[in-house]
Amino acid sequence: MPDSAGSGQWSRLPLLVLVALLTLTGCAGAGALGAGGQTLVIAIVANPQMNDAIELSDQFERDNPGVRLKFVRLPENQARAKITASTATGGGEFDVVMISNYETPQWAANGWLENLQSYVDSSPDYDAADFIPSIRDSLSYQGSMYAVPFYGESSFLAYRKDLFEQAGLTMPARPTWQQIAEFAARLDDEDAGVAGICLRGKPGWGESLAPLTTVVNTFGGQWFDQDWNARLTSPEFRAAAEFYVNLVREHGEVGASSAGFSECGTRYAQGQAAMWYDATVMAGTNEDPASSKVVGKSGYVAAPVQQTRSSGWLYTWALAMPKVTEHKQAAWNFMRWMTSKQFVQTVGSTFGWNRVPPGCRMSTYAIQEYQRAAQAYAQPTLDGISEADQRNAMVRPVPYPGIQFVGIPEFQDLGTRVSQQLSAAIAGQISVADALNQAQQYAHTVGESYRETR
Amino acid sequence: MTASTASTASAASTALTEDPPRARGRRGRAGRAALTTLTWVVAVLFVFPLVWMVLTSFKQEADAYTDPPRLFFTPTLDQFARVLDRGFLPYLGNSAFVTVLSTLFVLLLGVPAAYALSLAPVRGTSNALGFFLSTKMLPIVAAIIPLYVIAQNVQLLDNVWALVVLYTAMNLPLAIWMMRSFFLEVPKEVIEAGQMDGARLPTLLLRVVLPVVAPGIAATALICVIFSWTEFFYAVNLTSARAGSVPVFLVGFITSEGLYWAQLSAAALLASLPVVIVGWIAQNYLVRGLSMGAVK
Repeated sequence: MPDSAGSGQWSRLPLLVLVALLTLTGCAGAGALGAGGQTLVIAIVANPQMNDAIELSDQFERDNPGVRLKFVRLPENQARAKITASTATGGGEFDVVMISNYETPQWAANGWLENLQSYVDSSPDYDAADFIPSIRDSLSYQGSMYAVPFYGESSFLAYRKDLFEQAGLTMPARPTWQQIAEFAARLDDEDAGVAGICLRGKPGWGESLAPLTTVVNTFGGQWFDQDWNARLTSPEFRAAAEFYVNLVREHGEVGASSAGFSECGTRYAQGQAAMWYDATVMAGTNEDPASSKVVGKSGYVAAPVQQTRSSGWLYTWALAMPKVTEHKQAAWNFMRWMTSKQFVQTVGSTFGWNRVPPGCRMSTYAIQEYQRAAQAYAQPTLDGISEADQRNAMVRPVPYPGIQFVGIPEFQDLGTRVSQQLSAAIAGQISVADALNQAQQYAHTVGESYRETR
Repeated sequence: MTASTASTASAASTALTEDPPRARGRRGRAGRAALTTLTWVVAVLFVFPLVWMVLTSFKQEADAYTDPPRLFFTPTLDQFARVLDRGFLPYLGNSAFVTVLSTLFVLLLGVPAAYALSLAPVRGTSNALGFFLSTKMLPIVAAIIPLYVIAQNVQLLDNVWALVVLYTAMNLPLAIWMMRSFFLEVPKEVIEAGQMDGARLPTLLLRVVLPVVAPGIAATALICVIFSWTEFFYAVNLTSARAGSVPVFLVGFITSEGLYWAQLSAAALLASLPVVIVGWIAQNYLVRGLSMGAVK
């Protein structure tokens, strides 16, 4: 096609495209510029229970005329980064943010969050005494709550009752890691495509490091001693790391170095693992007929221990209010709604009782419908969360809050880098000793800055 | 694209085999077949993830996670319903608004700049070109905190105009470089002839130069559209509830607990449709434009 002939026709084309796109843009104005009255912007982590809450939120809008809700839902990592940036700079984009027990005490100390205690106290029907104490404490700073829990979790062990029976094995109520290793060796069946145990190996401070750190704790190890000396090359830490890496390498799932919660969950739900040590919320997926082939075949027992009484972790997603929030009362009304007893009832009767946000309120565990729906795992979950306390899960005291994490801002970076070393060890690229030597250097640098400021 | 690659490749193979006639026929045919096969393999390799995404978007979540993956299943539109249910349209509107406006601004600023840096070279042309390029050298992530604070101070957080400004700035250097290479191909004689006929600069630009470089401008515009449409980092950091764009909407389907592949695929399919359509309409011009300039 010669240029001169074609040019007339096609110089119209970009125009056409632009017109088409601009027509589409007609709706951009509304989406981009709208918002009259009181609008609450809520930043939320895109997990299934949170999505349920968003679906139910028009009920809140109906009961609170004049308040409109707008949700920003992002996956965990993006949400964390965005909420941190906004809260730290006083950006004021959000009226309510979803954070965890990792952030809450740090941000409360920084003065970034509104103290919620007076709101809690002035809402008698809210019944904050109903929150599981360990969860409530983890969201408190100097005796005041700075975030209210939406759901909570600990870690425990799922095992296939049918496979155990076939092999003539019995799972004790409080297994030790040594026993688990023996079971894994017995049940590992490559021909049938069943791994002895599923353990996370994917790098990330919230991925592989969470289960691994609970193992370290119960083996008597710690990240830092009371004087902020890094302890990653101590005999206890090394024994725990070697145990974990060897267990997953020898009897764990295929491709363990890139398996996180979701990957392990898929494998276990497909019947490809005999045991799985992970977050207590996994039970919901395991027992959901829509996603699982092993419904009703699992038993759940406390997180395995070695030298401590318990070893399960403690984690909660909670709602907090940045200090700069303008609509404080409306924001609190929403937070109260989403974390109330009534909300649990609404979710149960709307979506089914297995979709209730677990692990926050003791009253949830007294609801008969919930007890029936969650028979296999309700009690182990509640026990796990109730026992999750540094005093139960660690041999020696540490200078930081947190069980499966070190509650300091540097840990996001430190933990991720250390977990990359350990994932490399799980993949067989380096030895555990090399991984820990490198990790110790990272941790030493962080510890040094705390020693200097003391 | 596949067809044109194949024909170019086979032309090349014919040119390479300058043997006696009979041998050339047989070998030529074999070579051509091999090249065609190779082209198909490469094409399938590139297209496969997209096909898989389309397939997955019609699955139920549980089907999306089976191992081995399932090729045959009962298709469902559930996932699309869920995606639309989540309020896809405002995000689509924001993306379209930002993409169209930023591309328009890029062209408005970029065309004169490219002209001045090619057909009517000004003093310091190479310095200017170097400067434009240097603005792309800083990783975005290094500038995001200052940008965030600036956006906060000028009240542009969660505002579509922040993205319009940033996307214009982001695409402008690339657009100028691209368009400059197209302008350079305009024969000097054509411009001189125009000048002889007494055309002034605006007429010269609009009536003489633009028609010749139009395919190049279209190709540049399309690339700006694609880059703006798919940009994630600025969008996720600078927008939240009101000005979020399609990529930000997309990641909302990713969750660390629970199954999401089918929903995410459905959302991704819907998100890519507008660009696919625009690209499909413009594909002839795009190929011509890309092969015309230096960006080959």
